Amino acid sequence: MAVSLAMTVNGKPVNADVDPRTLLVEFLRNNLGLTGTHVGCDTAQCGACTVHVDGNAVKSCNVLAVQAQGANVLTIEGLIAEDGTMHPMQAAFRDCHGLQCGFCTPGMVMSAIDLVNRHPGADEATIRAELEGNLCRCTGYHNIVKAVRQAAAVMGK
Amino acid sequence: MYAVEYQQPTNLADAASILASTGGRALAGGQSLVAAMKLRLSQPGTLVDLSLIPDLKGIRRNGDRLVIGAMAKHAEVASSDVVKAALPALAGLAEGIGDRQVRNMGTIGGSLANNDPAADWPAAVLACNATIRTNQRAIGAGEFFKGMFETALAPDEIVTAVDFPVVQRAAYAKFPNPASRFALVGVFVAQMGDGSVRVAVTGAAPSVFRATAIEDALAKSFTPVAAKGVKVGADGLNSDLHGSAEYRAHLISVMASRAVVAIA
Amino acid sequence: MGANDTATMTSVVGQSVLRKEDARFLTGTGQYTDDVSMPRQTYAYFLRSPHAHANIDSIDVAKAKQSPGVVDIFTGADLQGVNGLPCGWLITGTDGKPMNEPPHPVLAQGKVRYVGDAVALVIAESPAQAKDAAEQIVVDYDVLPSAVDSLDALADGAPQIHEQAPGNRCYTWALGDKAAVDAAFANAAHVTKIDIVNNRLIPNAIEPRAALAHYDRANDEYTLYVANQNPHVERLLMTAFVLGLPEHKVRVIAPDVGGGFGSKIYLYPEETAMVFASKKIHRPIKWAAERSESFLSDAHGRDHVTHAELALDKDGKFLAMRVHTTANMGAYLSTFASCIPTILYATLLAGQYTTPAIYCEVAAAFTNTAPVDAYRGAGRPEATYVVERIVSQAAMEMGIAQDEIRRRNFVREFPYQTPVALNYDIGDYEQTLDAAMEMADVAGFPARKAEAQKRGKLRGLGYAAYIEACGLAPSNIAGALGARAGLFEAGQVRVHPTGSVTVFTGSHSHGQGHETTFAQIVAGRLGVPVENVSVVHGDTGRIPFGMGTYGSRSLAVGGTAIVKALDKIVAKGKKIAAHLLEAAESDIEFRDGKFTVAGTDRSKAFAEIALSAYVPHNYPLGTLEPGLDETAFYDPTNFTYPAGTHICEVEIDPDTGVVDVVAFSACDDFGNIINPMIVEGQVHGGVAQGLGQALREQCVYDRDSGQLLTGSLMDYALPRADDVPSFNVATKVTPCTHNPLGAKGCGEAGAIGAPAAMMNAVMDALAPVGVTHFDMPASPYRVWNAIRAAHGHA
Repeated sequence: MAVSLAMTVNGKPVNADVDPRTLLVEFLRNNLGLTGTHVGCDTAQCGACTVHVDGNAVKSCNVLAVQAQGANVLTIEGLIAEDGTMHPMQAAFRDCHGLQCGFCTPGMVMSAIDLVNRHPGADEATIRAELEGNLCRCTGYHNIVKAVRQAAAVMGK
Repeated sequence: MYAVEYQQPTNLADAASILASTGGRALAGGQSLVAAMKLRLSQPGTLVDLSLIPDLKGIRRNGDRLVIGAMAKHAEVASSDVVKAALPALAGLAEGIGDRQVRNMGTIGGSLANNDPAADWPAAVLACNATIRTNQRAIGAGEFFKGMFETALAPDEIVTAVDFPVVQRAAYAKFPNPASRFALVGVFVAQMGDGSVRVAVTGAAPSVFRATAIEDALAKSFTPVAAKGVKVGADGLNSDLHGSAEYRAHLISVMASRAVVAIA
Repeated sequence: MGANDTATMTSVVGQSVLRKEDARFLTGTGQYTDDVSMPRQTYAYFLRSPHAHANIDSIDVAKAKQSPGVVDIFTGADLQGVNGLPCGWLITGTDGKPMNEPPHPVLAQGKVRYVGDAVALVIAESPAQAKDAAEQIVVDYDVLPSAVDSLDALADGAPQIHEQAPGNRCYTWALGDKAAVDAAFANAAHVTKIDIVNNRLIPNAIEPRAALAHYDRANDEYTLYVANQNPHVERLLMTAFVLGLPEHKVRVIAPDVGGGFGSKIYLYPEETAMVFASKKIHRPIKWAAERSESFLSDAHGRDHVTHAELALDKDGKFLAMRVHTTANMGAYLSTFASCIPTILYATLLAGQYTTPAIYCEVAAAFTNTAPVDAYRGAGRPEATYVVERIVSQAAMEMGIAQDEIRRRNFVREFPYQTPVALNYDIGDYEQTLDAAMEMADVAGFPARKAEAQKRGKLRGLGYAAYIEACGLAPSNIAGALGARAGLFEAGQVRVHPTGSVTVFTGSHSHGQGHETTFAQIVAGRLGVPVENVSVVHGDTGRIPFGMGTYGSRSLAVGGTAIVKALDKIVAKGKKIAAHLLEAAESDIEFRDGKFTVAGTDRSKAFAEIALSAYVPHNYPLGTLEPGLDETAFYDPTNFTYPAGTHICEVEIDPDTGVVDVVAFSACDDFGNIINPMIVEGQVHGGVAQGLGQALREQCVYDRDSGQLLTGSLMDYALPRADDVPSFNVATKVTPCTHNPLGAKGCGEAGAIGAPAAMMNAVMDALAPVGVTHFDMPASPYRVWNAIRAAHGHA
């Protein structure tokens, strides 16, 4: 039986009737057309699907849409300002070449923002440990770590 | 994922009665259950979401006890000042569960009810001799864990809180599986209020167990060398791609000694 | 390295220009295949074999067809007129006969040969309904014994996997002068022997494979979106060899692709079946692999078992090398499977050294496993691993320093003809070795080792001086060696009337940053801002032709095709300028975006020439066509030879077996570099994948049941952020002599050099406890076992 679902996504209220087995990522991608959030695995390891639910990074492929009932959901599409200005984390990833194929990037950026929010002065070891839930196969993480450090400096101002 | 019905009761009694009438499963953070459902390894006809039940929340110090609500998320436990003051080893353990995203959803109650043989919480619960409170009763740690993915819980029984004694000192040392990062071997060492030592091991066997030989050694001499010197038997331990039973047996002593280092 | 936001004119080549493609990736507006949707689309699910080897006695889809939402179901019996998937490279064996090439059916025809072999295509209104229906299909399997290990498959009495391949042998192939090698060994002062396994890997691009197939009945045209590295080759193979469709009726689009590393080069059964079915059901069909499916069905990499011997004189000079390798092909020949352990492997066994005689024999086996094909490096990591492990071991046995034994054997004069077919055009191996040693602070290593020892840790230093053959390669030579395709590349430069430029390239970008690098080449040559250049790739409907991206060939081959097209643009521009400036064409110079009459200040800006070409009012119409749009095809005259030295420092915890890579220094010679930032990123990524192979990753099938034991990320250990260090990378330049860019390629170097450097470091660290060799990956458990074995425990 369909469940009536209401939540806020990227600042806008959304309502829908969903099959309870709908994953949050499926709801975002298929119902709302927010295809920036990606699915890279089926065992909740890769983190490509990471979004924020009430400010906390979660893996949207491992959360039912109904579990986000009433929540405030932020996806990669919600980071950019109205005037097109990127979030400092997005800008830092570009400046530091913290992405290559771009597939893990939305999840990586969402995790990185969560981590800097909690650890504003994170050192390299902390950044690496905190990103353990996000796999990247292209960059070797080197420039991702660099980008997070740069963004942290900007976000802290 | 197979089709499923979804209910979101707002009190414990309703949750229990829905579980009883539907034969469904309780949904806490869902970090194991949703994952299993996705792979079609689990087919609960009805999910009973516990997230709106106030009784299951909160973390509080109650004299010489630390009571953690079943729906407390790992990330909440890890950052809780109450936990850090009372039993900092639990905060450390919680901070090492899964990854950040998993800790933001997964709960202590969900983890214990699932009793994954490589989960971290069972080691803390058994070593500290905590009590698991449910909507029906209180279950001692020694009686709770029954085997791989098996507990003493009845089908309509819901974990409400985990009640830890505030032990003198404790630490958890985990050796992660290189792929999944679940515990290949995790050892929780606790020195109880009366000075006795309890050591519980997760990841190494089908279910959490007490390493009594290490307990005895540490009771005589609470030193890393004493723990490391114990030759743990490999009988009954898990053996897989990531480590033989012998390797796990060896790691139990090594991780126990590292927990003692962390305590001291 | 500082990155420039706005690059200027001609200085743009060689600058770390920020990537043009990043804006869409960073804002969630990239368009990967699974992000594309069509009206009325259906969803595919593939029912796969749960058995490694079985006859199919019957398939009953009747009940499944009644399942809610099902549109149609196809099995092998329904694919009338559909051929098997072709292999693109014919290897001729030592017996002079062509390799055994059994059919590779799109859907199983009476037999399954590996766990994951596709049996049925189920199409439904939703992915879940397709999956629900697949569970209703009844397949009656007669399970047969299986062989997953290549040596098991070639052994007497092994289960026969294909009737067309007796003894499961695909081929036995050899390269080199066996008699010369035997003679050199007879006179050697020292012989080092090694038995090594190059562990089987699963590529794991983070975007799983995906496809969306559509048939347009009105125009009798197909469109296929597919996560693929070379859409033209995909189309050619699918239409001409398998489905019998005319190429011009099929458009293949590889949009944004989330990493490939080789695994998305190939024509796979899934998209082929979907294109076929799309015409039958007259609706678009979409499929995105789940990660578990990727593990089962993506082409895997490596999987060599090798015995090698190196003959040396008393001074450590290499006299000869003898190598025998058994290579696992998997159950069927994937698109380029046959050339990986031969043409791309044995030819690299000279390494950076003057070894005068080399003989290599390769036996290729069919097994009950997923097909094995090129994975980042493809043959060259395997060759480097053999050469650099045996060289390291020889140095240890003879008491020669690791750098010294390499120096004594470096090729120093170029061009250099190796005894294994390749002709190195240029290089300076001592330069990269010296630089890497300085970067790695080799001089300070003994102190660091002593300090680690005080903490109970074992430190080791390992070298890999690798060479690779990239820029694949002259078509005629490849053809003589068995290639069934050309290896050129195409590029088109379209100058618009206002002087902005669109480039159409056959090199597909799936992380490599071509949209930026190629724009820099164009901007540098034409003197237009990088912002005014767009690069289009990955669409057979828009690109003239393309051989695609693999083998680190995009810049050296694809980039050169663009340069050749730019040459034509400039030549035509000079003709137009000569007309407008009323000067002789031979007096026109083109520099900094201006056509100038030599020795004067009379000039026309590039944009003025472009406008004149499209508004030809004052134009030599009698002798020159209007428009400014040129295409070039470039076929290289040789491979390129990137080379360098990687040095790894590890610290091992003997209590747990954990190997910590504390430092990794790479000095590479990729020839001229267009964008240093992108090149460094390629090295970082390659090294991380090399680290994965050396320390973490291993595909394991159960030897008895043939089941894939490492079937998910829960058991297959990909490197995470805290498993790798920051890398110390640098480059030296000897420009390639035979392409105008002087470029060699950089995409695979990290994955080629790193495994050998890391394992040499591990062996160096463990030498004091008596360990000389064990196979990758050096996981904690395997390290601990190796230490125990050296201590006499089983």
